[in-house]
Formats: sequence, C-alpha cells, structure tokens
Amino acid sequence: MQAMKLIRSQTVVLPLANIDTDQIIPARFLRATTRAGFGAHLFADWRYDSEGAPRPDFVLNQPSAKGCTVLVAGRNFGCGSSREHAAWALTDYGFRAVISTEFADIFRTNALKNGLVPVRVEEPVAEWLIAHPGSEVEIDLENTVLRFGEGQSVPFPIEPFARYCLLNGIDELGFLHSKLPEIEAFERTRQSI
Amino acid sequence: MSTLFEKVWRLHEVVPETRDTPAVLYIDLHLTHEVTTPQAFDVLRERGWPVRRPDLTLATMDHSTPTRTEQVFGGAPISIESAAKQIRQLERNCAEFGIELLGLQHPLRGIVHVIGPELGLTQPGKTVVCGDSHTSTHGAFGALAFGIGSTEVAHVFATQCLLQRKPKTLAVEVSGKLRPGVTAKDLILAIIGELGVAGGTGHVIEYRGEAIRALDMEGRMTVCNMSIEAGARAGMIAPDETTYAWLKGRPRAPQGEAWEQAVERWNTLRTDPGAKFDRQVDLDANAIEPMITYGTNPGMVIPVTGSIPERRGEAAFDKALTYMGLEAGAPIRDRPVSVVFIGSCTNSRLSDLRDAARVLRGRRVARGVQMLVVPGSQQVKRAAEAEGLDRIFIEAGAEWRESGCSMCLGMNGDTVPAGHYSVSTSNRNFEGRQGAGARTLLASPLTAAASAVRGRVTDPRELLAG
Repeated sequence: MQAMKLIRSQTVVLPLANIDTDQIIPARFLRATTRAGFGAHLFADWRYDSEGAPRPDFVLNQPSAKGCTVLVAGRNFGCGSSREHAAWALTDYGFRAVISTEFADIFRTNALKNGLVPVRVEEPVAEWLIAHPGSEVEIDLENTVLRFGEGQSVPFPIEPFARYCLLNGIDELGFLHSKLPEIEAFERTRQSI
Repeated sequence: MSTLFEKVWRLHEVVPETRDTPAVLYIDLHLTHEVTTPQAFDVLRERGWPVRRPDLTLATMDHSTPTRTEQVFGGAPISIESAAKQIRQLERNCAEFGIELLGLQHPLRGIVHVIGPELGLTQPGKTVVCGDSHTSTHGAFGALAFGIGSTEVAHVFATQCLLQRKPKTLAVEVSGKLRPGVTAKDLILAIIGELGVAGGTGHVIEYRGEAIRALDMEGRMTVCNMSIEAGARAGMIAPDETTYAWLKGRPRAPQGEAWEQAVERWNTLRTDPGAKFDRQVDLDANAIEPMITYGTNPGMVIPVTGSIPERRGEAAFDKALTYMGLEAGAPIRDRPVSVVFIGSCTNSRLSDLRDAARVLRGRRVARGVQMLVVPGSQQVKRAAEAEGLDRIFIEAGAEWRESGCSMCLGMNGDTVPAGHYSVSTSNRNFEGRQGAGARTLLASPLTAAASAVRGRVTDPRELLAG
C-alpha cells in the first residue's frame, strides 16, 4: 500500500444520512472475482438511469465533481452489508477520504484497509461542509487534523495502528502474520470453550 | 464481574490491545461463501501462503447461487454467467486450499448463517466470522459472531486471527411476553425502531430479559441476525437449556462425555450479576405489535396497524418516501403488494416456514401476487417437505425453491421488478436491495403470508383468528 500523509481536494457533497453499501455498490455488481473496476458502478442507481445514461442532477455527474478526492456525506455512512466492494468502488473511482459525523463499523474497517480515510467530524463542521460544496479541505493524517474554510481546523479521531499503517504504507496483514509464534503458542495452551 | 461478551472476548485474546495496537483475536470458526472470498484467496496466492486452519473453515454457496431447481439439479446452465463463474471459482479455490465445500448439489448446502448452526458448528463461546454482515446471527448461541470485509477474510485465512479493537457493550432488556401473532421478527424490528439504524454502532448487544429467554433458538437467531441493522458489531444471547436442547446431537457438536463437559463450560458464559454494560435500553414485549417497514432502512418501521410518521422536510426521509411511493400520515395497512418473499438468513428456517404455512393452509395467494418461498438450507427444505409444507405453499400458488439468499439481495436472478411492492421476511429494505427500483416492506413470515393471501398489507392476526 502507498504511504499517505496529506490529502488536499475540493469536496463532493452527498448530504443524505444513512447512505448504505447497497447504494455505494449494488449487489448485482458483486459477481466479480477481482478488486478492479468497481469505480464504474459507484452509486450506480443514483448515477445512471435504467437505460444506463448519466442522471444530470446527480452530484458525481456534474463538472464540479471532476477530480475531487474527498466525499462529504451525511451521518452513518456505509451502513449495511460488509461488502468491501464499497471501499473498492470509492477508491477505484478516485476518492481518498470520506468525511461524515458517523461511519458504520465494518465500512470504517474496510476503508482503512484500502487507503480510504474515514474522517469523523462533529455536527457543526459537517453542517459547514455540507453548506459549502466544492470547498477546499486538507486532511493531514500526520497531525490528524482537518483544515477547511477560512483557516479553520479540527482534530479527527483515527485508530492509531491504522493511522501508522497508512502513514508508512504498511499493510496490516504483514504485522498480523509476524504474530504467528504468539498465535501458535495460544493454540497450544488455550482453555477449551 | 464480567459481561458475556467480555468473557468470550478474553478467551480469544492472543495478544491484548494496547494504546498503539489492536488486540490479536483468535477465530474459532470461519464461514465463507462465493461472493466475498475470491479476492481474499488471491491475497494468499500473491504471497504463496496456505489457509492456515482449513479445519476451522467451511465454505458454501448461497449469495449469487440460483434457487431454480433446474439450474441447481436439472443440468440447465446457471442463467447468470458471472454467477456461474463465481461458483466455479469457489470450487477451484476450495480444492486448491483444501477447504471443505458444501457445493451446489450438496445435501447440506444452504445459506451460510443457516447451515453453521444446523451442523452444530456454531457453539456457545466461539468466535465466528464470515464475509457477511449477518454473521451476527450466530450470537444467538452465545458466540461472538460478526461480519468482516474480504481483506479480513484473507487475514483469517492466513493467521486464523483478526486485529480488533474491543467494542463497547449494550444491554437490550426485553421484559414481558410477546402476544399471539407477534414474533421474534416483530421484536427485533421494534428494537431497531427504538435504537435507530446507528444506535448500536461500536457496540456488541446482549439481548436479555424474560421475552428473550422465552424465544426458541430460531427466534433468537432472527433477533441476533438483525443486530447489524441497528449498526451493532454483534448481538449475543447467553446460552441456556433451550440452546443445549437445540444443539445436542447435531453432527458437529461435541458428543457423549465431551458434550457434558462442554455444557459445564458453557454454563459459565453468562453475564455476572452486577456486571456493567456501557449502555442499556429497555423494552416491554407486551406492547409490541406486528411490525412492518415503510421506508428505505430497517429503522423506518411502524406497527402494521399504524400510520407513516410525519417528518416532512428531512431530506433522507422525504427521499425514502418518494422512492417508496408512500405518503406521510397514511396508514400502511391495505397497501396493495405484488410480491411476497419468505426466505433469507433472517426468516428461512423451519419455524418460519411453519408460520407461513399456518396462514396459507387452505388459502390461496391473491391474484396478481408472486410469492416465493425459499428455504434456508437443503436440510430445511427436506424437513419442510417431510411435513408437507411444500404442498401447502404450492397449492396456495406460491413457488417453492432450492435454498439460497434469493430475493434478499437481487444478485442471483431472483428480483422484485422496479416500482413493485414486496412484503419480504428478509433484513434490508434499502433502495434497490431486492432489485433496481424494488420497494421492500420488511415483516414477519406471518405478516408476509397474510399479505400474500389478501394482496394487501395485512395484520396477520385477522387471518389467524378465523
């Protein structure tokens, strides 16, 4: 995984609450056997009509969204299914971070394992960002600070180990695999359950 | 003093968490299926690693797997080419990595969360994971069970462990007694209505109280199954005599002396008196009515006798009602429906099928309604057929299928047409969940069957009384 320290971008705003993983990537696109290409189907049923033509009123189809790597979304983003395809669709499309007041647990875990930073902010910050679509933000992973607006900044929480892995481009499986001696010892000595 | 969750967690801590690193948590049972594993097997292949504990891993196919008998057993090709490819890929991966596969025509195949318990693999005190959010189902046995993404599936394949932060605990205490016609499904929908779809985020729920203890195992599985719909990491119910009676004699449960010893250990798996939960929510079962959803998440739920609330002006609420074609303030009862689906990991077990058959016996599905009954496993299918339930469904005009996820998530050929209303016993009413443009009303098997008979949303008590 590539190391990441700073994300700077204009925002795309999807203010709805409870955007579930079935919206991010509908199940019919889950019949793939690789990680590639899910970006084409990101938010498929909101982005395209039943004929497959782009819906002009959907935010990702507007010229202002082009090149943006930060998505601002309503509370409880990524609820529902455990499908990691949701994180793959967002990153394959080009997003590097999502800002919301709350993330669903499994989505947050999946995002962090794919270099997509979930940035949790308080309600007033989210309200400001939602009211200012296309504004420039800076996500500073090293200092865990979100900078926005006219020089405003707020810290954001992130699991320390996930942050360490993102900053250094380390993949968590390598770390877990290095614990095999402890795992083997556990198997030898554990209590029955 | 510890809660049930804390006891199970501690039994699986290989390395405890620190400020800088998550815990290394041992996994006792890894259930896998065709949709969320191909990319995980690729991770192993890239590194040249084996599946470390194939003996603790079981594979089946359910999500993209067809339910039409001719495609499962009749030699007809699987109609969706990409689904066929995914199924073949799982067969190859299991052969290559030495994993037991209950494949397409296997007599023990079924929905992953139905077969784990059915085989006796799901046991109190175990940690159970699967690349599927409804893994919370297995918590009904006092297991700690939760859904994971495909990267974590690879982690478990490679190490039999996961890196995890310890979640918080939430007690959901349900006093009283469910009234006739009110089921475990109505109870969990009422709980989600109370908690909201993010009310459980970051928490493991323990369901407690008189009404929970009174549930049979299949009802407990229905409750724990939908824990994720309240955002919870997992849901658990302490094991008791009901658990042991259901589990005893299952082929992969401990046998003989080992069984007696296991029960002795399992009896310690309850929350100690005085142990503290981070939060507690109380409900009265007597007050719960048959429930049905009206919106596009499971928290948008009302009694079947109720009216859609007024929350106009809230963007997500307005969008949901527009998608559903429903109006704030209107009653939900008597809404015409054109599809009824009995199935999914929430409600596809024998007792669910018996509930549906109880309503349908001697009645017919209303003209213009398509009703699909999809058993949760091939074992459930055979058990239902042995009781003649299949004939009740077929004579009523419903379709009787092979097991699988079917219409729950519209990726296997079974879908609800755009714009149509479906009363479904599944777990999610998200936009497009049952097919692009489909409008889902989640309810119990009783309510779904009653709505099939009338062709309108129906309070099942009207049909059960007569």
